[in-house]
This record gives sequence, structure tokens and C-alpha cells, in this order.
Amino acid sequence: MATDITPEKNAEAESLGEINKYDFRTETEAVFKSQKGLNEEIVRQISGMKDEPEWMLEFRLKALEIFESKPMPEWGGDIDINFQDIYYYLKPTDGQEKSWDDVPEEIKETFDRLGIPEAERKFLAGVKAQFESEVVYGSIAEDLEKQGVIFTDTDTALKEHPELFREYFGTIIPSEDNKFSALNSAVWSGGSFIYVPPGVKIDFPMQAYFRINAQNMGQFERTLIIVDEGAEIHYVEGCTAPMYSSDSLHSAVVEVIVKKNGRCRYTTIQNWANNIYNLVTKRAVCYQDATMEWVDGNLGSRLTMKYPAVYMMEPGAHGEILSIAFSGKGQHQDAGAKLVHVAPNTTGQIISKSISKNGGRSSYRGLVRVEEGATHAKNNVVCDALILDPESRSDTYPYIEIMEQDVSIGHEASVSRIGEEQLFYLTSRGLSETEASAMIVNGFIEPLVKELPMEYAVELNRLIQLQMEGSVG
Amino acid sequence: MTHVLNIENLQVAVEGKPILRGVDLEIKHGETHALMGPNGSGKSTLGQAIMGHPKYEVTGGSITLDGENLLEMEPDERARAGMFMAFQRPVAIPGVKMADFLRHSTTNVRNPERKEGEDLIPMKDFRRELKDKMQQLQMDMEFARRYVNDGFSGGEMKRAEILQLAMLQPKFAILDETDSGLDADAVRLASESIAHIGREKMGLLIITHHDKLLVHNPPEFTHVMLGGRLVETGGSELAEELHADGYERIRAAYPEAEAENLAMAGE
Repeated sequence: MATDITPEKNAEAESLGEINKYDFRTETEAVFKSQKGLNEEIVRQISGMKDEPEWMLEFRLKALEIFESKPMPEWGGDIDINFQDIYYYLKPTDGQEKSWDDVPEEIKETFDRLGIPEAERKFLAGVKAQFESEVVYGSIAEDLEKQGVIFTDTDTALKEHPELFREYFGTIIPSEDNKFSALNSAVWSGGSFIYVPPGVKIDFPMQAYFRINAQNMGQFERTLIIVDEGAEIHYVEGCTAPMYSSDSLHSAVVEVIVKKNGRCRYTTIQNWANNIYNLVTKRAVCYQDATMEWVDGNLGSRLTMKYPAVYMMEPGAHGEILSIAFSGKGQHQDAGAKLVHVAPNTTGQIISKSISKNGGRSSYRGLVRVEEGATHAKNNVVCDALILDPESRSDTYPYIEIMEQDVSIGHEASVSRIGEEQLFYLTSRGLSETEASAMIVNGFIEPLVKELPMEYAVELNRLIQLQMEGSVG
Repeated sequence: MTHVLNIENLQVAVEGKPILRGVDLEIKHGETHALMGPNGSGKSTLGQAIMGHPKYEVTGGSITLDGENLLEMEPDERARAGMFMAFQRPVAIPGVKMADFLRHSTTNVRNPERKEGEDLIPMKDFRRELKDKMQQLQMDMEFARRYVNDGFSGGEMKRAEILQLAMLQPKFAILDETDSGLDADAVRLASESIAHIGREKMGLLIITHHDKLLVHNPPEFTHVMLGGRLVETGGSELAEELHADGYERIRAAYPEAEAENLAMAGE
């Protein structure tokens, strides 16, 4: 196989001065590529290729019906997708490798350039790398495997852990939930499956890396995480793709179950290219005294619609969502959070920060719901927007539904523009205007960045630096 | 070479309204000048114009530093050329730690040719120097980890400004009402700190309408501003007189400037 990685300089990206290390394409030959478009035959083909049990094929076909019957959402951003112009399944290799050396050269180079194996050597408890539709590489620390931790791709989990799989799969986010959860349920492929046994605490993050390489590709990974009683995990995912002239679609479904006294933190750094529609459904249920935290960083994509949710099902459950969005030219980040208090004495917090620049648009869309009987629920929402120029835009759509009297709910929102006084103060101390703006922006997101592992904090700051460079006018 | 800051016939307008109506002032390295005057006479405007605040439009005259035209420089270039102003009301930058900001700022001022993205001064050297300076100013190291001016008390803000002055070691420093809002002890500490940095190592322009700061830093020259003009210049005895007797004599002696001052203050 020929290896040819060419950093193609995209004219638009170059004019923005935002060429970055993720914008390159790899020449690969897929082992299998489905026909473009979506129909029953394609769904049967995907299921057949994966040699799935009958119930999964039925699940997929039913989901396809639901997808076709549901209208496009009328809120959020403008979705202009031709569903018949997308490849729904692209299998890059024959199987998943456990040794990095066995991964095909051109895919390996892709991930090398993204710094994946390097990151693994440094500090990760386990890694998955998904290229197009399939996970091409996976590893897990030996001691964790011995303790019964399962970290595999979701397709393998269906084969090797069928009972565990069937007990939870699709129970948190049913296909009917929304049009894109239905689409994912029909054509899902890859994603991570994690089970942490009772009492096992994983000190280091587990990471999955998602890469779309081909044009007009749809990536539909499906992730399922089960944190058993008293167990702890930090899962991190990163997403990138090169820039093409036509659009691609990323539509994942992520389900998380955190049992009594368990703890899960799920961190996402999304830096998709600006031609990707990123329409993702993420939801967690949290039982007695358990904690679920979503840390969600959205920098790339053309349109992101993503509202990670926590349902607090039993007393003492805690849900927390830290969300950051950066919208540049031609981008719309419609991001937010959902917290649902089902049981008494549950607590929740949402911190959302958005930055809009060069005509970009950021929207915060959040729901806080306290159901009947959820007495003494406590919830606080803080939502700050920073707008860097007059062309850019920020909107806030907070929804609050309270069905109980004895609760404590707080909501603070602020919108600010980078102030002339702040810029003058910093520049009068020798910082250039670009440095000063970047410093103000970094300060603005600091409360969120300090929650990230060091490596990701550095990366996020670097990405924001890239977004800021040469753009102050 | 003795550094010279020269201001000739400076005229400045804010939103089209004239504030400074022809100011002449020359400050040599090592000199301390006091700039006094009633509220609204244009003292702070002079400081803002020297540093290049975009809202303050220079409509005539010149400002040069060692013959270089400051008016053609952006504020950061002025800082790199050796200018500094301690703000009357420092601005909060939430999320940005004092130490990070100061390391960036110090690097740029010491290496004026530095391009964005090039190395900062080594962390170890910077920390050592910052720690020394903070000890001299009797500041707790915790201060360096706080966000710039965010939630600072009035006294903390002013001390942070003096710390920056000590780190940046400018050729010329303007202290804009550094004594306002401080109690007697805080003023004494601030003025001792300035004396400690070394008045002889820079040219100082102390803007004030009290004399608190001047007790510890007696000026060689005192200028009185009224209605956007410097109407009188004297030695430190002039500052003492104004502190004791107020501005009645000045207002009466310069009726034209007083009329302009009243008009400006009335708006």
C-alpha cells in the first residue's frame, strides 16, 4: 500500500490563517465502502458485514423507519444535508489491531501526526482509535483488564459481552428520542464500550480518538459506558477531520450509566473541520450518590447541535456540565446542557462559556427540569458569552421546568464584548493586540480549562490561539 | 544619554470635545514632576494620551521620547519604547493570573523586537525576580496566582500597579492618582515602594490632587493644570501651597482657563 500524506492547503482555511495540523488527508484504500445513500438494503449490508445477531438487524431496521418518519428539527441551526449523498459505512481495515505496529502504515501515520500513540505512552489507561466507521486500534492497561475492566469497541462488545450489551444498549437513548438518534441507531458502527466493575477506580483517563478522513463520509459511532457501584472513570474523546469542499456528517449516540456511588467524567475536545455537521446525542443516568460530569469543548464543525444530559434518578445524585463553544467564520455552535432532577436531594450545575468571532454564532440551549417529588433539588446555571467583533452573534435559550415547590434554582447569564479598556490596559503593558485578545479569551475559559487534564488543557489553549491568530480587526 | 520625554503644544479631544488645549512639558530621566489641578482639569487625559488610549484623539502638537514620535506608535510599542502608566482604575482581566500576564508583559518590554509566539523569559528566572520584587513591596506570593485585578481591593490594585512598575523598569512612568482611595498607611507603603524602586532610575510624572504621595517623593517640578492648560509651574513648595490652600488663588489668577475648566466640568 502506498503511503501518501499530503497536507493540502485549503484556500479558504488559508485565507483565514487557520491552517492547522489536523487539516491533512490520507490516501487510503478502504476494504469495503457502501454505496452512497441510505435505504433498507444499506442497513442490511452493514449488519451483514458485521455478522450481527438477528435482534440487532431488527433494531436497526426499526430505527430506519423512525428516522424516515421523523421531521427535521425546526429549532437549533440550519441543517442542509442531502442524506442520499453520504457514505454510511466505510471499513478501513480487516480488523482491529492490538499492537500499534500492525496498524496499516498510512492510518498509523495519520494518528502519529495527531499525536495519539505519544499520548498513550505518556499517561493513558487505554486507547481506541476509530478511522471512518471502524475502530482500527485498541489497547488497555493490563492491570485494568485483570480487574475486569472492559474497554473495547462497541461492535466487539456485542459479540463478546452479549448479555451486558443487551441489558443497557439503547435503554438511555431510545431510537425514538430524536431524528439523529434514530439515524445513528440504524447505521451505527464503532464507538467505545466500557464496563468498570464495582469499586474499581481508574486513575488515568481512557481515550478514544475519532477521525473522519474520507469525503462525504458519515461517522456514526455508538458509545456505551457502564460505571458500576463505587467505580470511577475519566473518559476522553477527541475528534478531527480534514477540510473538504462538501459536507460530512458526524452523528454519535453516547449512553452512560453511573450506579450507586460511582463517578464518571466524560471529556470531549471536538475540533472537526468546518464542513462537518456534528449532531450528537449524549445522555447519562445517575443513581444514588453517584456523580456524572460532562466536560464538552466544541471548537470545530460547521454546525454542532449537542446538549449532554444527566438524569438524576436517585437521592444524592449529582450532575455537572461544563461546556465551551468557540464559533469562527461560517460556524454555528448550538450547544448546551440538560439536567433532569427525578429524585429528592439531587444537585446539578451547568457552566457554559461561548466565544464568537469573525461572524460566528454561538447559542446556549439548556434545560433544567425538576420533576414532581424531587424535593430539595438544587441547581445552578452560569452562562457567559464573549463576542469578539460586531459581526458575531450569541444567543441564550434557557428552559426551566419546575414541578416541585421546595427547590433551589439559580440562573446567571452574561454577554460581554472584549472591552476597549481591557485591551488598552494589556497593550499599554507591552502586549500586542492579538496577544491581549488571546489572553482575555484564555482567561474567559480558564474556569473550564483548569478542569482538563494537563495535556488537553495545553491542546485547548493552543487551538484557541490558532483560532485567534491574525483575526483581530 | 539622558532620556527625554518631550510634549509640545499637545491638544487632545474626546468624542470631538477638546480637553487639552496646548500642553508643553519636558521630563528628563531622573526627574520627578507633580501634576496637580482641580477635578476635570484634564490631568488624566494627559496620561491617557501619552500612552495612546484610542478614545483620546490627538488633534495637534507632539509627544516624543528621545526624539522618536510616540504618536505614531501603538500602545504596546510605547510600552516597549519605555513608557508606563499606573492606572487610576486598573481593569480586571478574569481568568488571567498576575504571574502569567506579568511574564508576558516583562518579556515584551525587555525584548522589544520579540515576535508573537517566541519564547518568554525562562520561568525560573522570572519567578525568582518576581519573588524578590514582591518581597521588597511586602506582597504575599499568593498575589501572583490571583487573576489580574479581579476582586482586588483598592489598595491591592494600586500595589499591583506598583509591582508592574517595578518589574517593567520603564524609562518614564506616569502615576495616575495612585494615592486615591487609599488610607494613610497604604499611601505611605505605596510611596515608600516607589522610592524603593528608585526615582532616579526613571522620569516620573505623578498625577494627584492631594499631596500624600508627594510627601515621600518630593517633586523637583510642580505643574498646575486648569481648563486643559498648564497654567503654573514651580518647585515642591507649589505642591505644598496647593495642598494647604487649595486652588482658589489659581482659579482667580487664570479666569480664562477657569472658565474653560468650569465648562468642561459642567458637561
